[in-house]
Amino acid sequence: MPVDMSVPLGAATLPSPMMTASGCAANGRELARFFDIRELGAFVTKSVMADPRSGRGTPRMAETPSGMLNSIGLQGPGISAFVDQDLAWLKQAGARTLVSIAGNTSGEFADVAATLRASDAFDAVVGVEVNISCPNVANRGLVFACDPMASAKVVALVREQLPRDVPIFAKLTPDVTDIVSVAQACVKAGADGLTMINTLLGMVIDTDRLRPQVAGVTGGLSGPAVRPVAVRAIWQTRAAMLEGRLPTVPIIGVGGVRTGRDALELVAAGASAVQVGTATFNDPSAPVRVGRELAGLLEDKGFERFTDAVGVAHGRVARA
Amino acid sequence: MSEASTRHTRVEGSGVVQVTGELIATRRAGAYHHLTFVAPGLAELARPGQFVALAVGGDTSANLLRRCFSIHKVSPSGTYGGTVDVVISAVGAGTEWLSTLRAHDEVDIVGPLGRPFPLPSEPVACVLVGGGYGSAPLFWLAGALRERGCHVEMVLGAATESKLFGVVEARRFADGVTVTTDDGSAGNKGWVSDVLPMVIRRTGAAVVYGCGPMGMLRSITDIATAEGAVAQVAVEESMACGVGVCMTCVMPVAGKDGTTRMVRSCVEGPVFRGDRVRWDAFSDGLCRVPADAVGAPRVGGH
Ligand SMILES: Cc1cc2nc3c(=O)[nH]c(=O)nc-3n(C[C@H](O)[C@H](O)[C@H](O)COP(=O)(O)OP(=O)(O)OC[C@H]3O[C@@H](n4cnc5c(N)ncnc54)[C@H](O)[C@@H]3O)c2cc1C
Ligand code: FES
Repeated sequence: MPVDMSVPLGAATLPSPMMTASGCAANGRELARFFDIRELGAFVTKSVMADPRSGRGTPRMAETPSGMLNSIGLQGPGISAFVDQDLAWLKQAGARTLVSIAGNTSGEFADVAATLRASDAFDAVVGVEVNISCPNVANRGLVFACDPMASAKVVALVREQLPRDVPIFAKLTPDVTDIVSVAQACVKAGADGLTMINTLLGMVIDTDRLRPQVAGVTGGLSGPAVRPVAVRAIWQTRAAMLEGRLPTVPIIGVGGVRTGRDALELVAAGASAVQVGTATFNDPSAPVRVGRELAGLLEDKGFERFTDAVGVAHGRVARA
Repeated sequence: MSEASTRHTRVEGSGVVQVTGELIATRRAGAYHHLTFVAPGLAELARPGQFVALAVGGDTSANLLRRCFSIHKVSPSGTYGGTVDVVISAVGAGTEWLSTLRAHDEVDIVGPLGRPFPLPSEPVACVLVGGGYGSAPLFWLAGALRERGCHVEMVLGAATESKLFGVVEARRFADGVTVTTDDGSAGNKGWVSDVLPMVIRRTGAAVVYGCGPMGMLRSITDIATAEGAVAQVAVEESMACGVGVCMTCVMPVAGKDGTTRMVRSCVEGPVFRGDRVRWDAFSDGLCRVPADAVGAPRVGGH
């Protein structure tokens, strides 16, 4: 019997747990050339800020073992052009959209959320992902997500701007000593769920020129190489929820998923939805292919519902 | 809409396919490898100047990013069904892997991608300039131009004779061919830029098409502009996906409105009007964001 892949997320029930990952899928038109984007549980857009941004110069990337380093610099059209052009397109295409927003200051996040809320295409939005893994201009460029207080402030301000039935997800960085404390702060401030993980900060040296390979010097590391870090972060956070250290909220898992088997790892660790990021560069149809592979695996293992597999590994820790 | 099989995607009307391509021929061509793949559905969609993005290393490869190659030629139907040819210079992990493939090996191919060379509406004279394997897409272009009644001349240049591609083919596809090598091992000793002004003047060319390294494309643009011709150049920026989703392949290009934007060379290119490219932003293997580009970092900002 086919597995019921549907999953509740906020007020909506998504027909599938599969999503694109922000910054790995542009804003819809490009991947619609390869698959029907309505097959996804949600399409996650590239993080958008208040104003248009050129992003950084090039080179912007370096290939690394089973992954890549990127330093794009949040290139984007700004929220007004985004809602008029990209979100409007996603709406007419029938895509359930999870809009990723970013800001240089906590106030900018709130402004972006307010413009989104006021837009004609807002009914295509099934949730907002708050990309707090960007530098806080007000705090010497320290990444918001590295600081529980700064993270909480952003989440609280965004929460105020959006209707209650539109869930917000805080996207966390693994580059912290204790990811659970950041998760706690975000949920307490009003996050309805968490997305984990963002890229890890990394660096590559061009050994011909003996200088940093990407123009931005450091960059975000992603791809299958970082998957164990994602599994660990999801596991720790889910475990904290099971122990009652923070309320149980859905976790959207992301990090190095290339196959259905990879997705199942994140799900078994506690993810209620799975985003496919860097693997899309290898295979533009990966987000839906992984979903089909995951459904097949769950069926083979005798699951009737996807949701029964979420966090299943927590009850099965081998005790020596 | 999209078909169910894992690695064969075709959305009607999208202009692009993702197929598992079987290699049916591989041969050396000087310093390069010339590969022919069966790629059903791709040939019918492709135009000169477009490219394909190949996955390298198989399904579990640690080299995740796609490698992009100009389409050398396509045949919509033959004994094997549609085929696509590429010419590969083995310079790194992915191209080395491709160059060791043997007949019947399979490669995941996405294409055709990017914008083709625009063709003139009048039968004007054209000069096609290729640097190294950069000549690969030009023969097909030459054929399309001559079909429209254009007089076509080719200028092929490389560091040395083994790095020229298609000199024999050029004589068949063009009305005149000039060859240059840096070391003088074939043709004129020197650069394509040494002979280009003379060829443009002699033919009265209205369009100069170029494909090759960035430095060469810049000088082609300068020369064409000085001679009153339009340059159309196919760039080769570092690309991770080839399909417009990674934002790594950007470069500063001025639009019709004169405004410079950081545009994706995989979707808005790889062919650009040479005089729209902000060559001033490129130096020393880096490309800066020009201060007047849309959304450029402000002093003290990001
Ligand atoms: C539109 C276009 C057309 C091209 N046509 C040809 C062609 O006809 N024949 C040919 O031999 N080469 C061509 N190239 C260059 C070719 O894509 C690179 O040489 C190749 O990607 C290098 O891969 P690698 O694994 O050997 O090197 P690596 O250095 O290991 O590659 C690492 C990563 O960098 C990217 N990369 C590195 N160099 C380039 C480059 N010059 N251009 C784009 N991406 C790069 C690769 O895609 C990969 O993601 C073309 C590039 C583009 C963008
Ligand atoms: S190569 Fe990915 S956007 Fe152009």
